Amino acid sequence: MIHPEIIVRVTDIAVVAESVKQFTFERVDGGSMPVFAPGAHIVVSMDDQGKLRRNPYSLMSSPSDTTSYQISVLRVVESRGGSAFMHEHVDVGDTMTISHPIDLFPLHATAKRHVLIAGGIGITPFLPMMEVLNESGQVFELHYSMRSRRRGAFLSELERRYGSRVSAEVDDEGGRLDTRKLLINQPLGTHIYVCAPLPMIDLVFGVARELGWAEENLHREVFLAPPAGSPFYTNLAKSGTTVYVAEHQSLLESIEAAGIDVPYLCRGGACGQCETTVIDFDGQLMHHDIFLTDDEKVSGTKIMPCVSRFVGASLTVEL
Amino acid sequence: MAIIFHDETYRDDFSFHNSPESIRRYPFPFHEDSYMYAINMENHLPGKPGSSYEHPIDVDEHYVSEMRDRAIVLNEDPKRCQALPHMMAAQWDTLELLMTNKARSYPDLFTLERNGDQWHWINQPLGIDDTFVFGDQSTLPYEPMEYITRQAQGDFCIVDQRNDTLWMDAGMVTCQADWSLDFDIGMNFMEWHAPVPMAHELGIFDRALKFLMNVQQGRPVRRLNWTMTVNPRLDTSPENYHKWGPDKTTVTAQNIGSKLHLRCELQSFWRLPRSNALLFPIRQYLISLNDIATIPKWACRMHRVLTTIPDSIAEYKGFSRNRQLALDFLAPFDDGRELTLGGEPE
Repeated sequence: MIHPEIIVRVTDIAVVAESVKQFTFERVDGGSMPVFAPGAHIVVSMDDQGKLRRNPYSLMSSPSDTTSYQISVLRVVESRGGSAFMHEHVDVGDTMTISHPIDLFPLHATAKRHVLIAGGIGITPFLPMMEVLNESGQVFELHYSMRSRRRGAFLSELERRYGSRVSAEVDDEGGRLDTRKLLINQPLGTHIYVCAPLPMIDLVFGVARELGWAEENLHREVFLAPPAGSPFYTNLAKSGTTVYVAEHQSLLESIEAAGIDVPYLCRGGACGQCETTVIDFDGQLMHHDIFLTDDEKVSGTKIMPCVSRFVGASLTVEL
Repeated sequence: MAIIFHDETYRDDFSFHNSPESIRRYPFPFHEDSYMYAINMENHLPGKPGSSYEHPIDVDEHYVSEMRDRAIVLNEDPKRCQALPHMMAAQWDTLELLMTNKARSYPDLFTLERNGDQWHWINQPLGIDDTFVFGDQSTLPYEPMEYITRQAQGDFCIVDQRNDTLWMDAGMVTCQADWSLDFDIGMNFMEWHAPVPMAHELGIFDRALKFLMNVQQGRPVRRLNWTMTVNPRLDTSPENYHKWGPDKTTVTAQNIGSKLHLRCELQSFWRLPRSNALLFPIRQYLISLNDIATIPKWACRMHRVLTTIPDSIAEYKGFSRNRQLALDFLAPFDDGRELTLGGEPE
């Protein structure tokens, strides 16, 4: 099995902000959860009326607490199923399956200063990060953008715990993160970490690049939701089979439903792990990932099945 | 079966030897009749009972003597063990990984009791019984990596992952095949592999780096590497080349069977949980040509591998001088028959 999993029970569900629920998981076998590095996520498998859904969520509990894991899930208005399932169909006592922790958003071990920038539910990976940075006496600051205080999960707790190192920018109070001002005077050795919707990441990285920041000092975490689209068929050359990708299903999910293991890590178009070679197609590849370069996308030789789709007559990939 | 620990040496009189059981469990690295660099990674899953792969961290009959040899090396050259300041979390990760695995695999030899941060570690073979506070280095006689790797066979590197590459930022390296931690410390993956011939051109290191950076927690991987060593010497370091380099000139047709050793490295790769660093244990297994000759398939295969290996690789691995003598020794075992794939003794 290429993705060893942990069977857990939901032991607590709490509403922590408007449209945000926090879930606590403990192992069914009574064992300890693996310790994890701050910034790590898990992939939660959901059995949605026979349909397998797998969504990534950042771990937000204390990294050294091996009794349980916590994640927070924002109910997305146009949810394709995952967040709606978590909000409406998961109850305390339910059994679920999660992956081992995967860290694609680690702290940079030799950074002199850490600037954390959260947008909305993007706050979650920063909770364990701040705990570890605080305990080890490292310099950090958090800039937390949110639409309203009602939607700002954990804000008051963070302000209480970290004081002036936390600043909130609240949309409906006219607050706005002045990225240029924030980045222009940071000392050498500063690293910035952004977990937010893609436009906010693009904005922050754009300003940073304009100001001459090195790419090595820019870190981001984003899990793109696989977009819905017209259904399509895909031929899997090595497996000798054809899969049907429904409107609200990703290509990766349909391949997994056919019983074929594909390596993945983020399931959100960012990490590159599920990169798949396109052998032949007649139509248009709809690239939604942020991993492939523009040239690679135009070449029509690669596809990221976790988020990208296809429109046209036929598509054959090397799986 | 209980392990009977040898009392043997890896220097001076070289009394190191393998028992017949130890020969049969040798991780023979040649799976086919030729050798070329490859990433050859596989999941580090438990292997057959009795094999070197049965347990994730293998302990064998040489354990006590290897640890004694490590202590001698460290006493003469403390720089064999180094850790950069940002690697402390990874050091504790390493201590936890080695203690928990050994206690699980060998409950009659190693015991770990954990009560929160209060840990009690008993190492029977080495006569160690220590209580300490996990996370508080002042409660251990050494820093955590040095403490636990003085009790674990093989070399250990801890590499940090940042800037899209890996960095050699900590290690315990006393039984290495001619490379130096003191030289490599702080280097990145491409820098420390720069001296390897051919593999760069084959794109091996680009792919290996990508693979290693994706190694995930709970899913360790392994590969085998190998070289040849004259005399069963663990410390074949560049620092001590003056001691072991001249040994290469002492090999004759009469003594090669006992002098020349295949040195197989079982390398495993583990994602560490707190630090997100990678632990890279390099466990070496020595076997003389005489011992190899007790397994007909191995002697036959080794003859074919040494016949076809490119000169640059023989040179890099340091045995080009004695290659012909080795071929002469092994030739009688190669009767031209077809061998099964894989490193099993049969």
